[in-house]
Parts: sequence; C-alpha cells; structure tokens
Amino acid sequence: MTLRARVSTLLAAFVVVVALVVFIVIHFLLGGPPVENFTAGVTPDTGATVHVMMQEDPQNSVSSHPDWVSYFIKSPTTGAWVHTTLFSVPAGSKIDMTILGYDGCTPLRNPVFGQVTGTTGGVEYVNGKPVSQINSWTGCTVGHTFSIPQLGVNVPMASPSLTADLCGNSPCTSGPREVVRFSFMTPRAGGSFIWQCRVPCGGGFLDGFGGPMQTIGFMTGSITVVQ
Amino acid sequence: MAAAADPADPADPADAAQDGRPEPRHGWRIFIIWLVAAAIADPLLWFVLGPHMPPGDMSTSASSQQFDMNVMTVMAAPVMLGVLVYGVYAMIVWRAREGDEEDGPPIHGNARIQVSWLAVTSALVLGLFVFGFYELAAPAGAGAGEGPSPIWTPGGQPLQVQVIAQQWEFTYRFPQFGGFETPQIELPVGQNVEFHVTSLDVIHSFWAYQLGVKADANPDVDNVAFTKPKQTGPFTVRCAELCGLWHGAMFDYGKVVSVAAFQTWAHSMRTHLAAVTRMLPAYALTYDPTLVPTINKALAKGGITGANGYYYPPNDPEQP
Repeated sequence: MTLRARVSTLLAAFVVVVALVVFIVIHFLLGGPPVENFTAGVTPDTGATVHVMMQEDPQNSVSSHPDWVSYFIKSPTTGAWVHTTLFSVPAGSKIDMTILGYDGCTPLRNPVFGQVTGTTGGVEYVNGKPVSQINSWTGCTVGHTFSIPQLGVNVPMASPSLTADLCGNSPCTSGPREVVRFSFMTPRAGGSFIWQCRVPCGGGFLDGFGGPMQTIGFMTGSITVVQ
Repeated sequence: MAAAADPADPADPADAAQDGRPEPRHGWRIFIIWLVAAAIADPLLWFVLGPHMPPGDMSTSASSQQFDMNVMTVMAAPVMLGVLVYGVYAMIVWRAREGDEEDGPPIHGNARIQVSWLAVTSALVLGLFVFGFYELAAPAGAGAGEGPSPIWTPGGQPLQVQVIAQQWEFTYRFPQFGGFETPQIELPVGQNVEFHVTSLDVIHSFWAYQLGVKADANPDVDNVAFTKPKQTGPFTVRCAELCGLWHGAMFDYGKVVSVAAFQTWAHSMRTHLAAVTRMLPAYALTYDPTLVPTINKALAKGGITGANGYYYPPNDPEQP
C-alpha cells in the first residue's frame, strides 16, 4: 500500500469515528423530549402558585410509537401541547396541576395507590368534586396515576366510562375526559424528582410494564425544582 | 582500598560467600518480620477498624455480618502481609547490585517451603470454609433464617412486616395491625422482626443496609428474613437489583423507634389508613398482580364480560 493510500485510509477511519461519536452524543445523550419551563417570572421560596396543565392520551399519534399511551404538557409560553414529560418548576412554590384524563381505565397493580397523598388537603378534584381515594378494582375508573415517590405525591387519574369512544388523535382536543385538579408544594431545597404512572399501561408488553412505562416522554419523566 | 571502594554488605549473599561468612537465615528473618507485622495489624484491625466495618451493629443480623467481616479480615491480613513482607524483603536484600551481572543461583524448589505453604493456605481456606458454613447454618444465620422456607425462626411472636416491591417504590404491610399498607416503615427496638418480601412486577431486592437485611423480592415468592433492631435511629432501604428505568431512585428511609413509639405510630396509621385498607386485597404472602378478583363486576358494569378476573391474562398481551 502506498503512503498516500495509507494516509487516506487513516483519515477516512478517523472521520468515521468522529462522526460516530458526534452522532451518539447528539442523538442519544443530547436528544430526548424538551423541558417545559414553568419558572419564568416566578420568585422561588415565596409560595407563589404555578399552573401546570397536562393531558394523558390513549395513544400518541405524534411519535414513532403511535400505539403507546402518553402524557402531554401544555407549553407555558406557546400554549401548545408538547410531547414531553420533563418540566421545571420553582422551589418553595405551590404547583397547581390540571390533568385532562382522556384514556380509559386499567386497574392499578397495587390498589393502595388509589389513595391521594402529598397534595394540598390530601385530595384531588375530579370534575370539581374533592376525592381522597379511588378504588380502581371495584369500578375500573382509574386511567393512570401521577406519582412523585420522593415527594410522597400520588394522585390516581379518573378515567372516562368503560364504554366511551375515546379520543383517537393526539394531542386530544375532543372526546370524553375527566378533569383532575390538585396542588402540591415543591421543596425549598430544589432538586430533580422523577414522576411516574403506576398503572401497568404498557399494552403489548409483559404484564403491561414495558414500553411507555419505561420511556421518558410517555408515562414517566422528571421534575426539576429550581432554586 | 578495595573494601573502601566496594563496601561489603553483610546481607548480600554474594558478599557473604566472598567473605566466607554463612548465608543469613532469610526465612527466619522474613518470618519474624511478618510475625511482628501481623501481631500489630490484627489487633488494630479487630479493635480499631472492626467496630466500623459495614454494615455496623444496628441489629442482630448486622452485628453477625460485621463479626463475619472482621473474622475474614483478621484471617486475610496475615496472608497479605506475608506476600508484602516477602516482596519488600526480596527487593531490598536480593536486589541486583551495580555491576553485578551474574545470574542468580539455579534453584529447583524447596520441599519444606512448598509443603508449609500448602499446609498453611489449605488450613486457612478450609477453616474459613467451615466457619462460613457454620455461620450460614447457625441460628439466625443467612442460610438458616432466610429464604422462602427458613429452617430457623426466632420463636415467640415476631413483628411481621410484608415488603411489597413494585417499580419504583417499596410499600410495607403490617398484618398484625389490620393489614394497613404504607410507603413508610418504622420498627420497634429490641423486638424480633419477620420480613416477608415479595414483588408485584419484576425482580427487586429489599436491602435495609444498616439492619443487615437483604432479601430478593421476586413475583409470586415469599422471601423471609429475620432481624432484631438493637438501636434506635434511621436506616436506609435501597433496591439492590437492577429493576428498570428508575432503579436508582428506588430508595427510602426507615426508622427504628422505641416500642411505645412504634405502637403509637402503628395504631395511628391503622386508623388513618382504614379506608385505604378496605380497598386492599386480603393479606396474603404473595399476590398475583394480574388477577383482580373484582374486575369482572367492574367490567360487567361497563357492559364488558369475559375477562375471567385477569386484566392481563397469560396470552394477552402478547409477549414482546
């Protein structure tokens, strides 16, 4: 092999390796759903109220997994529904959550998570009515949960009737739904906290625990509490 | 003049041979240095480091593990010192002197050293083997007092605590207090505790570090572990089995409190959680998480039938 061929091969191999590294960094490490920022204009540690709106859908027609159930967050800046489960909120603030439940019911694996915990007053408001627990085994009326284990927050999401025709396009703008409202306080120390759904809603996966249950951007994510 | 230019080293075998002096007894030298080092190291390890060895002595099982760790350390230290002392001695005494390009003497083994080495290391390994087996099989040992069918129980009426693992949180059920279930755990000091560990989804592992309790949490398996807390204070619970996306966040903190404080806490939780407890299935050692006894009624209410109690029957959904 001539010197020119050797140098060319070496350079080509180098370029391929660099391109691979750049691809991995961009695609896997820096990729992922966007983070919705709810901290703008709010001073931490003042107990200010921050409104966060989400919806849970029976499918996700805006992603590469259209048959996976998914949460969406309403952008505080554009008002558009964004396919993400990552958001940041100010520390020491009251987070006023509104979640639109468009998905149907699936019983909880552990009915103890039908109890509302960690919210203001220990209740959620389902279509305006205060509720402290929902028995998902007797009524099959829970679609998902919104749970932040490290903050002790657990809220079962009420679901539309078993026979309702559920919304078929995401993000849902019509169709039967339950409106769940609750609030909780963020810690003053700040930090990152995971949140998750506790209903085994990964249809098509073993016992419903794969797919969207294990993927950020669908049924689990994290909340960054900013000081 | 020659002696001044090249001073004889009394420890140097070459010099000794040249001088006609007998070869120093290197074996005895090494043995004595090792013996002194081991005699200093072992008491230090046992009495100074020993009380700080993990996992501490917060419970009977933790103390037992700490004792085992200390025994292992005290047995292993002389072996390590033997290797180190020999290595350092060889580097100092048998190093090549400047200008010495002579080969070392051709040695074809030493039966006495080889037999001694084999005898000592065999005795050590077999001794630790017997010790390990005894500790496993002894009352409250990890082999006798743990597992799905422990052959040893502490007697009396231990406090029963069911540990239910699920992605990604442990919950604890107290059958002797009406079967309430909570993500918090408190235990009374000085009382035997009988953990029943199970899982509702994948394989987890219940690891109460300071209590020295670690038991796999498998679906459809009741894994038993006993302990008796000896001190009040906090302890950490972690999942010790990679169990999915948020495995790293599956931890919580428990408390060992006085008997009176525990009774107050347990009765208060029982009352506070009474409504939630009514939603739970009857207490059992394991649960089939795909089977919801009342699901048929719920589905029938919505005009759907034929679920047979399972919302994820064995063939639905399809295995990926």
